[in-house]
Amino acid sequence: MTTPTDYHPMWDELGLDLPSHDALLAAVGSLYADAYLTQTNRPQAMSYLDFVLSEVHGLRIKELHDFRAAGGKVVGTFCLYVPEEIIRAAGGWSVGLCAGAEFGLEEAERIIPRNTCALIKSFVGFKLARVCPYIAESDLVVGETTCDGKKKAYEALADLHNVHVLELPQMKRPQDLAFFRRELDDLRARLEELTGKQVTADSLRAAIKEVNDKRRALQRIAAARAATPAPISGKDALLATQVAFYDDVPRFTGAMNALADELEARVAEGIGAMPADAPRVLITGTPMALPNWKLHDVIEKAGGVVVGEEMCTGSRYYDKLVPETGETVEEMLDAIAAKYLDINCACFTPNRGRIDDIMRMARDLKADGIIDYALNFCALYEAETFNVEKAAREAGFPVLSIQTDYSAEDLGQLSTRVEAFLEML
Amino acid sequence: MLALGLDIGSRTTDAVWLADGEIVDSAVADSGFDPAAAARTLADRRPVDVLVATGYGRHTAREAFGCGVVTEIKAYATGVHALFPEAAGALDIGGQDTKVIALAADGRVLDFHMNDKCAAGTGKFLEVMARALGFTLEELAERALAAPRGVAISSMCTVFAESEVTGLVHRGADRGAIARGLLESIARRTLTVVRNVCTGSPLVFAGGVAKNPAMVLLMREGLAGREVLVPADRGVDAQVVGAYGAALVAAAS
Repeated sequence: MTTPTDYHPMWDELGLDLPSHDALLAAVGSLYADAYLTQTNRPQAMSYLDFVLSEVHGLRIKELHDFRAAGGKVVGTFCLYVPEEIIRAAGGWSVGLCAGAEFGLEEAERIIPRNTCALIKSFVGFKLARVCPYIAESDLVVGETTCDGKKKAYEALADLHNVHVLELPQMKRPQDLAFFRRELDDLRARLEELTGKQVTADSLRAAIKEVNDKRRALQRIAAARAATPAPISGKDALLATQVAFYDDVPRFTGAMNALADELEARVAEGIGAMPADAPRVLITGTPMALPNWKLHDVIEKAGGVVVGEEMCTGSRYYDKLVPETGETVEEMLDAIAAKYLDINCACFTPNRGRIDDIMRMARDLKADGIIDYALNFCALYEAETFNVEKAAREAGFPVLSIQTDYSAEDLGQLSTRVEAFLEML
Repeated sequence: MLALGLDIGSRTTDAVWLADGEIVDSAVADSGFDPAAAARTLADRRPVDVLVATGYGRHTAREAFGCGVVTEIKAYATGVHALFPEAAGALDIGGQDTKVIALAADGRVLDFHMNDKCAAGTGKFLEVMARALGFTLEELAERALAAPRGVAISSMCTVFAESEVTGLVHRGADRGAIARGLLESIARRTLTVVRNVCTGSPLVFAGGVAKNPAMVLLMREGLAGREVLVPADRGVDAQVVGAYGAALVAAAS
């Protein structure tokens, strides 16, 4: 046994509020123990993610710290529309920022409206309460215009942090693609200025390959979940996607390929993390930022198994790859723009592609039912709930719509609704 | 074989004992501060072969008795289908929640809706309003039925509605008209959910609030063209339909 490293001096140096931060880590630790470590039949390769989680504000922050001390630049993001490929090609590291727990609510509500979704309130709260070491280690935050709440929150954040906002169009016409492509030029220039390094054909090609490899590893995990019994719990698979936003890219890719190897072997041998008769649920909707495991936990403790997430912390993150055929920086940026604009987020209109994705996933993953999940006040996903319900019913999938937030206030009612839904399947 | 169904709700704990599919006894007790103890007192009344718990306290019962559990949705669906095989849907207004269930011809749950956070329009809401009006629950229903029309009530939040009611009483509004207004506002909201979830007929109205004749009347008026049945039509207490369903699940296990 080695003594755990005391990271308090590092956190202090980052300007974190140490007592609050300790309280946060204790809360996340007990949440993790209750949701994750009580599971049985977990794949052994999950020990990597257990370790990453145990060091999520420790060793990983130390790595960012050392990288910056050596002149590297860290770029924080809140959304998968910010291309990690360009950040890496400019020599930076991309990290997701804290937004998945109820923290700093009162502070957040001083600068953003009360009726803002939990995700936005959380990231603003984490920043203001000084408990997110990732934003503290971020030389730049790249925001986007994926909803009104975020747009206004980035304005507020810009008073407190170095922020660049990438404008995402709301439609997918050729002129929108051309516009987004120009936005990527601006982002590239901003990143080159930040890091002092040029995006070259070689660096961009290498970054595209690395990030594609990460997504390919996650695709393998996703594909294995189509098996009955499911070789991995939904909670564990969700964690893999959540950590993808934070971790060192090549190391994470290696660990996820090892996990995928184990899952494929399990499938071949018919070994499940859950019983073969567990009702299979596809979840669709708003992203579940680390450590938001609330819905998966309720479903799986009630005896169901989540077999897929049509979410930003799910298929939207890893389903599509950037073609690796580009020769020049311009060609590769064209390919990146096209790939990202092809993701089906509710911020686009129209957004029929998302419904098609959900129905295809429900069939491929042999889902027994679909749970549509929206954070309260997320007008975009709440609005698409109607389309999801209609399409699911037409295709013969039972559907349950949940609107919730990060609090435990509605756990009793939520559990009853989820249990009743599973009884129906 | 003697089977027991326990419905451990937020307000009351209800029990139904079944022998060979027939109800041999039923009871309603206050859940109080210790629902597990209330459940145990009921369960101790007679030795049973099998027990299934439902309701808000079902997981507490599973820990205490090692028994099976089903959700209130399944329990009500099962109980309503057994009493009324022709039912196309069920409406249950209980102590702190409202459920609407669409049923298949074989009694399977096709779809359901339940309130997620707020207890507006439930039994607890009526208890608070009756107290604010100085009525018992029975008087609340009688006076509402006797009132020619209701006073419009705009708040559905229990706390705000209570202050609104108090204000109306102070301004001299007729208490019976206020009672009717309250029930009308609950009925309006409930009907919206019923229409969204279940379009078939007949609809069975169960749960403690179905014992309020004024609410039953308002639901019948609001669902003109559809038949609205209540468990009393089959000689069963509306409040124990969940426990009855749980007992049926127990007996079938």
